[in-house]
Amino acid sequence: MSGHSSYTPKTGFERWLDARLPIVRLMHDSAVSYPVPRNLNYFWTFGGILMFMLVAQIVTGIILAMHYTPESKMAFNSVEHIMRDVNYGWLLRYLHSNGASMFFVAVYIHIFRGLYYGSYKAPREVLWILGVVIFLLMMATAFMGYVLPWGQMSFWGATVITNLFSALPVVGETIVTFLWGGYSVDNPTLNRFFSLHYLLPFMIFGVVILHVWALHHVGQNNPTGVEVKNVQKETVPFTPYATIKDLFAMVCFIFVFSYFVFYQPNFMGHADNYIPANPAVTPAHIVPEWYFLPFYAILRAIPDKLGGVIAMFAAIAVLAFLPWLDTSKVKSMTYRPVAKVMFWAFVFVCIILGWLGAMPAEEPYVTYSQIFTALYFGYFIGLFVIGLFEKPLAMPTSIADSVLGAMPGGSGSRMASATAAEPHAKG
Amino acid sequence: MAQSTNMAAAGAKPTEGTRRDFLVLATGAAGVVGLGAVVIPLVSQLAPDAQTVAAGAPIDVDLAPIAEGQAIKLFWRGKLIFVRHRTQKEIDEARAVNVASLKDPQADQARVKEGKAQYLVVYGNCTHLGCIPLGNAPGESKGEFDGWFCPCHGSHYDSSGRIRKGPAPANLPVPPYAFSADTKIKIG
Repeated sequence: MSGHSSYTPKTGFERWLDARLPIVRLMHDSAVSYPVPRNLNYFWTFGGILMFMLVAQIVTGIILAMHYTPESKMAFNSVEHIMRDVNYGWLLRYLHSNGASMFFVAVYIHIFRGLYYGSYKAPREVLWILGVVIFLLMMATAFMGYVLPWGQMSFWGATVITNLFSALPVVGETIVTFLWGGYSVDNPTLNRFFSLHYLLPFMIFGVVILHVWALHHVGQNNPTGVEVKNVQKETVPFTPYATIKDLFAMVCFIFVFSYFVFYQPNFMGHADNYIPANPAVTPAHIVPEWYFLPFYAILRAIPDKLGGVIAMFAAIAVLAFLPWLDTSKVKSMTYRPVAKVMFWAFVFVCIILGWLGAMPAEEPYVTYSQIFTALYFGYFIGLFVIGLFEKPLAMPTSIADSVLGAMPGGSGSRMASATAAEPHAKG
Repeated sequence: MAQSTNMAAAGAKPTEGTRRDFLVLATGAAGVVGLGAVVIPLVSQLAPDAQTVAAGAPIDVDLAPIAEGQAIKLFWRGKLIFVRHRTQKEIDEARAVNVASLKDPQADQARVKEGKAQYLVVYGNCTHLGCIPLGNAPGESKGEFDGWFCPCHGSHYDSSGRIRKGPAPANLPVPPYAFSADTKIKIG
């Protein structure tokens, strides 16, 4: 879909540079002339929002690292020092901590959009898998970042998550000791988590470049799931159309983000994390950050240590296999009457799992968690089975048909008449 | 001409290795050895360092101040240890169980020192995911088996520190210790 470059250097300097390093050409082809389907809705703006959030987290994070001390006796106080003494330190920290939550809000919308419109299907399998890799890296980064303030939730979150690896037979205990750099979560653990928390966002950045490269190679999916057939008629140039739409959505998103930063900065945090880490006492009710809750519920649903860990990682890994689990040729759920119902049921299941993850480990929540864990995996089995016999609704033959209003009977919109030369399959 | 060179190269191969073959093998071997030599320090540095290991010297604990029914927490090698002065009822409960029916079968006698059944010394981290079970301080839940209850994921331990219910796979382990006097132990 990238096609031939439409870049023409205008000035002498641009021609000189283009012959030596065609970087302006690259930017022009991927962010200006790059053709995007003309029927994209606002769910397609979250890629740009995520790019913004990644940069925002890196910028605020690098600044916070200038004031933070990764030492178990000083870390907690250095965070309070940022909050009280550093100019605008409170703002930078709240931007960073709420930024992580907003990053996940955006990524979950982005993932569910991909699920609904079948963006994982051929030829976008590699694009999708790179997305799953980014999601995993995000989870690792967010987890290690949450450890850094060295409060009670930080400490016990780190203990519980690192102990997941002790479930592995034979090598488990050794792996955990190597993760900790000691016999329990302590200063060496904090040091290495800080180092990795600084590193991983740049690895995310690298995979994002691959993700965008794969996207620009195969082209964007669109709400009909019908591939672009006529670039001239069915796409618009990225700039200004997608650029301004992405920026407008970004501004709206930043309004929501700002509401949390300025009015509810601790809404998505946990009060126990304002108690310094104490290795002798576990908070009565430990919960991970909200964005991990569905996976945490799955972990707790299985009454066996190794089984729980496997189920939790499988819940993420199964996404990577989705392109082959979904047997239907139809991409968009808009035209899949049965799968569409299953999709919304799946959204509901994920929300309920999130709620169950926040509940204490007792009845009836344990039983509910088991039921909803089964339903979570059931979605993927369901897609496999449904795809074999589901009868899809009538689909537009092309994006042009769907956008330019090829109505049965031939009374299209004004614009449709301009494209009447192209024979329509319908009407 | 290119063809004749190829033929010469092809003809030379079976009889003796070329200089290029030698260079490929030598470089490859150096690469493998070098990679191995670099990986060792890169991975080994993750292990507990000398200071952390040295902090694991044995410690002495005086059990006399622990009244019957009480328990204390202490640290050895950065890990939490519970020392519990059990009541006769708790000991009887722990011994009345059919050992074979347990998830991690172990007799209570094997978990305490002979003649000192009232003192139970166990690591204080839940064997599931490492939280600290409740049950030491008065008023805390002791779970359904008069021992400890882990609030994180709902594991119940009995008055011998054995797993009875919940996701934890094993009993609370007993650290290495010995009685140095009637009411004194040395851990480590």
